[in-house]
Amino acid sequence: MLTLISDDWAAVWLTLKLASTTTAILMVIGTPIAWWLARTRSGFKGLVGAVVALPLVLPPTVLGFYLLIALGPHGPVGQITQALGLGVLPFTFPGLVVASVFYSLPFVVQPLQQAFEAIGARPLEVAATLRASPWDAFFSVALPLARPGFITAAILGFAHTVGEFGVVLMIGGNIPGQTRVVSVQIYDHVEALEYAQAHLLAGGMLLFSFLALFALYTLNARPPKA
Amino acid sequence: MTASASTPSTIIARFQVVWPGFTLDVDLQLPGRGVTALFGPSGSGKTSILRCVAGLERATSGYLAVNGQVWQDDARRAFTPTHRRPIGYVFQEASLFSHLSVRRNLEFGLKRTPVAEHQVGLEQTIALLGIGHLLDRRPERLSGGERQRVAIARALAASPRLLLMDEPLAALDLERKGEILPYLERLHGELDIPVLYVSHSPDEVARLADHVVYLEAGRARAVGPLNEILTRPDLPLVHLDEAAAVLDARVAGHDEVYHLTEVSIPGGRLAVSHSALPVGAWTRVRIHARDVSLALQPPERSSIQNMLPARVLDVRGDRDPAQALVRLDLGEGAILLARVTRRSVAHLGIAPGVEVYAQVKSVALMD
Repeated sequence: MLTLISDDWAAVWLTLKLASTTTAILMVIGTPIAWWLARTRSGFKGLVGAVVALPLVLPPTVLGFYLLIALGPHGPVGQITQALGLGVLPFTFPGLVVASVFYSLPFVVQPLQQAFEAIGARPLEVAATLRASPWDAFFSVALPLARPGFITAAILGFAHTVGEFGVVLMIGGNIPGQTRVVSVQIYDHVEALEYAQAHLLAGGMLLFSFLALFALYTLNARPPKA
Repeated sequence: MTASASTPSTIIARFQVVWPGFTLDVDLQLPGRGVTALFGPSGSGKTSILRCVAGLERATSGYLAVNGQVWQDDARRAFTPTHRRPIGYVFQEASLFSHLSVRRNLEFGLKRTPVAEHQVGLEQTIALLGIGHLLDRRPERLSGGERQRVAIARALAASPRLLLMDEPLAALDLERKGEILPYLERLHGELDIPVLYVSHSPDEVARLADHVVYLEAGRARAVGPLNEILTRPDLPLVHLDEAAAVLDARVAGHDEVYHLTEVSIPGGRLAVSHSALPVGAWTRVRIHARDVSLALQPPERSSIQNMLPARVLDVRGDRDPAQALVRLDLGEGAILLARVTRRSVAHLGIAPGVEVYAQVKSVALMD
């Protein structure tokens, strides 16, 4: 019977670890960006919105290429990480995380921004008139009301990170157990004409992606609980 | 409420704001007790004033002091943010938190109010608004009228020292309005919290307000006690179909045989339909201009029993060229409006200073 080999399992484990870490980081940094985008009247809104959305249209190789240069030993970020004693990030797991955060940013920020915009200013004004400070109102009113947006953002961010390939290849290379994620492992199997192994992983990815989206649409289609 | 002699019971509000297409420029001194209506056509700046008082909007230049506490003073760059102002705000739409039950909605402001400032108990508020049976429901399971009652209770539960109400009945149909008005009237009677009440409905104003600010195009055109504003000849109110005078009245006695209640008002007594109010209780009567006719002598054998001696203040044309609007002085500063035909004015010789008898066809007790 055909089973996953240990390299496959390592790739699966690495992919899940990468996606979870990336999603966690994205929820933390994506929330304030989305909040700002949803509520600001600043002229920079368009600029920031466009930068956040860039990964939606850029070929992953282009994003990966610039990240490789920026994070590399001679790049601006690379200089800083070396000065801090962190070494250089490309071809390491942390490097992959950094790249994935950029790559999946719009998939987290945009649903959150839409959720915050849908709430509108009124509930926060009500909270203020009931003596809730802006922070208090954010946590006690905005976050609970935006819950569907958070679920969407987390699922999309996670699923999109699981599916990345181009950026990983550019910045992570193909180091087993460190940067070789499932999508790269499938590519390797296909290159080596191991179609059966490729099928297993590819089928797994297909199933996972479908289940993630299925869960998403089911959760969001459910009427608010009474 | 603690108000020492040095904290005058007034609301001083000066706001100047220029928005595209609209300028608000008011300098108001309002009583720090009772219900003050901000009244005027839509776009006159009523809601803007309320939002400035709440701190939800910041006037470019403003000064606001409520019963001695300064909440905004741009001369000193002082501005208290909304969440530090002890206010209650009832919006036009109930705006309940949809993720919280009715009970948790009510507790939202209460929990954030320091115990030392608690004045209104949750139980009292729940009873006052009659929402005890709704506490475990979610907001989306409430009717429009119930939602608005919960919103009012939620604002009260935070023990506000100033209650701001922005057309709380405007989003409701007539039946729901009728459902809530009695609660608002009870509020007025039972709680000693000053209220700023935004409305464009003369009926609501007549029922609830003690004091009226009449606004037009971002400016206060008139400020004064309710009946003075209702009967001021230079304001459009007197020409409305429902133009009316609202007078303070005191229950003088009950006539059990004919199911009537006698109330005394300045200049005389009126019989109204039987009321449950005890003798001595204060209430209000509303007398529509169209329900008042005039006679030079006390008419005998008339079915109209409510008759008040009065002196004509002035006579002016009305919207309908066949009609005239007569303002009558009942004494003690009380003014009554009468709408009569211009032919009657000519035939009876009605002119300023003439003594007449006002026959009141219909009186509504406002409780």
